[in-house]
Amino acid sequence: MAEVLVYVDHVDGAVRKPTLELLTLARRIGEPVAVALGAGADATAAVLAEHGAVKVLTADAPEFAEYLVVPKVDALQAAYDAVSPAAVLVPSSAEGKEIAARLAVRIGSGIITDAVDLEAGDEGPVATQSAFAASFTTKSRVSKGTPVITVKPNSAPVEAAPAAGAVEALAVTFGALATGTKVTGRTPRESTGRPELTEAAIVVSGGRGVNGAENFGIIEELADSLGAAVGASRAAVDAGWYPHTNQVGQTGKSVSPQLYIASGISGAIQHRAGMQTSKTIVAINKDAEAPIFDLVDYGVVGDLFAVVPQLTAEIKARKG
Amino acid sequence: MSLRIVVCVKYVPDATGDRQFTEDLTVNRDDVDGLLSELDEYAVEQALQISENSDDDVEITVLTVGPEDAKDALRKALSMGADKAIHVEDDDLHGTDVMGTSLVLAKAIEKAGYDLVITGMASTDGTMGVLPAILAERLGVPQATLLSEVKVEDGTVTGRRDGDSASEQLQASLPALVSVTDQSGEARYPSFKGIMAAKKKPVESWDLEDLEIEADEVGLEGSWTAVDSAAQRPARTAGTIVKDEGEGGKQLAEFLAGQKFI
Ligand SMILES: Cc1cc2nc3c(=O)[nH]c(=O)nc-3n(C[C@H](O)[C@H](O)[C@H](O)COP(=O)(O)OP(=O)(O)OC[C@H]3O[C@@H](n4cnc5c(N)ncnc54)[C@H](O)[C@@H]3O)c2cc1C
Ligand SMILES: Cc1cc2nc3c(=O)[nH]c(=O)nc-3n(C[C@H](O)[C@H](O)[C@H](O)COP(=O)(O)OP(=O)(O)OC[C@H]3O[C@@H](n4cnc5c(N)ncnc54)[C@H](O)[C@@H]3O)c2cc1C
Repeated sequence: MAEVLVYVDHVDGAVRKPTLELLTLARRIGEPVAVALGAGADATAAVLAEHGAVKVLTADAPEFAEYLVVPKVDALQAAYDAVSPAAVLVPSSAEGKEIAARLAVRIGSGIITDAVDLEAGDEGPVATQSAFAASFTTKSRVSKGTPVITVKPNSAPVEAAPAAGAVEALAVTFGALATGTKVTGRTPRESTGRPELTEAAIVVSGGRGVNGAENFGIIEELADSLGAAVGASRAAVDAGWYPHTNQVGQTGKSVSPQLYIASGISGAIQHRAGMQTSKTIVAINKDAEAPIFDLVDYGVVGDLFAVVPQLTAEIKARKG
Repeated sequence: MSLRIVVCVKYVPDATGDRQFTEDLTVNRDDVDGLLSELDEYAVEQALQISENSDDDVEITVLTVGPEDAKDALRKALSMGADKAIHVEDDDLHGTDVMGTSLVLAKAIEKAGYDLVITGMASTDGTMGVLPAILAERLGVPQATLLSEVKVEDGTVTGRRDGDSASEQLQASLPALVSVTDQSGEARYPSFKGIMAAKKKPVESWDLEDLEIEADEVGLEGSWTAVDSAAQRPARTAGTIVKDEGEGGKQLAEFLAGQKFI
């Protein structure tokens, strides 16, 4: 069977969930060969094997952390040359998309970004994309070269599918461009202990209606009662009430959880672009005319300062 | 010293309009007003700030690949303060994908001459967010992308990139390519004086021949990707909406329990 390269997103060897989803999709079109780079790369093999990787190509070098993006492109290209895969799948993170795009140029291929599903087709893998703030669904293919496709989180289930997962060292030589952009400083994000926004099954978001950084506590409390991630509208982020990393929407994160709860968010098109594909949508807004109510499965017209704490208390009571 | 900045700007259908696809599955540009992609205003703004903070002789050229009406986007950028504009326009460009668009932009940037290329973080219609990285690859210059803060000094560009797991400080030598986010600072409104001045600023038009690109390298035919179908997402089924009469939170909890979220 044809091999499919899967680029692994991991933090010091801990594989992030979207990569496991990619393995599910890769198995629909061939045999997954994973590529893991940087510190801890070897430690990814066990979990990748459990989810279907027949091989895990690994490389580590200081360049991966000291320079932006290009060293990883050099490594992925080395893997591409070694494997001659039928397709290359990469998680749709900001960095993942850039790595995929530069690889596509080098190997003379087309690229499809932000796929939300992938199936085998007569003329190569067929990707489903969401367009125009998720008001359209398109099906597209790469028609020149080896398909390079980036896939959004929560696009496929994580499935156990034990395979060999044999680790092989990947030989990488860095090109002249690899050291072009130096990373001169790095401040890691502090962990909040909550699930990762893009990967969470439930997201609880607050907007301008929350009316102050000090009030986001009631959004966080609701989130914690459900084991959810916390999101925010751009209005709340621009006001300085919540960090930009938590922004949901066109210029923030795109989320597609099982449940999305919007409190004090009007539902502007740019916000909807980041959450409209959520399975179940719930909103609390004091304005019955707010556009967010066009999207909801359940909506409460009311003051969030009354509704949200009551909801949190009820959830806690039910969970005991 | 002189510093030549090329800012790439895209002309897009207004995101708040009812955007549709045409029969050949390209963007319908007729029924929705077009404008300068809002996220590219941030790129123009940063170019202007670099110019204002520089002792060098800075020249800002705005560049677009797009249909006739895309001139509106160039005019807007000129009225914000850019010095001149280049419009790449050719009937054979209809339906070009990202590989084709980047090929055209790279050739045009090289022909124009540059020390620094600035782009937006993503367009508001295609929203791929990969064109900047592809351009850097094609031009063979360092990529310093997704910057929320950018500075140019002594032939070096530095900036802050806020990533998923860390915030990084980047540094690269010119010539280089930079993309800026909507966190980089509010874009200015064109002044009346700016709007009047823009009318006299030069706008050059180039076609594929000027760039020595063959028609079959771009357009729908030359595309590296193919769109097989586009379907309007079915409207979400109307949900239950209740007015809070004191029990709204409890009612919502009941709904969530029914859906097995609790
Ligand atoms: C290029 C571009 C990119 C953008 N990207 C994003 C993005 O990524 N994400 C994003 O979110 N936005 C984005 N925006 C901004 C977007 O257009 C809206 O301005 C923003 O989403 C509004 O946020 P909001 O809903 O919190 O605020 P508002 O629109 O002001 O809505 C606040 C809502 O809260 C309700 N409310 C107020 N008080 C209460 C209360 N006590 N109880 C209950 N309800 C209450 C009000 O009825 C209102 O509906 C972008 C805009 C542009 C131009
Ligand atoms: C809904 C939709 C989905 C699409 N999906 C794909 C796909 O999967 N694969 C594919 O190959 N093509 C795709 N396309 C086509 C692609 O959007 C265009 O070719 C486009 O010109 C480049 O991509 P972008 O606008 O998404 O660029 P982005 O990478 O989002 O743009 C980043 C920056 O590049 C600059 N820029 C982009 N376009 C231009 C331009 N024409 N002139 C000047 N500067 C510009 C701007 O500074 C912009 O801020 C899609 C188009 C649509 C409408």
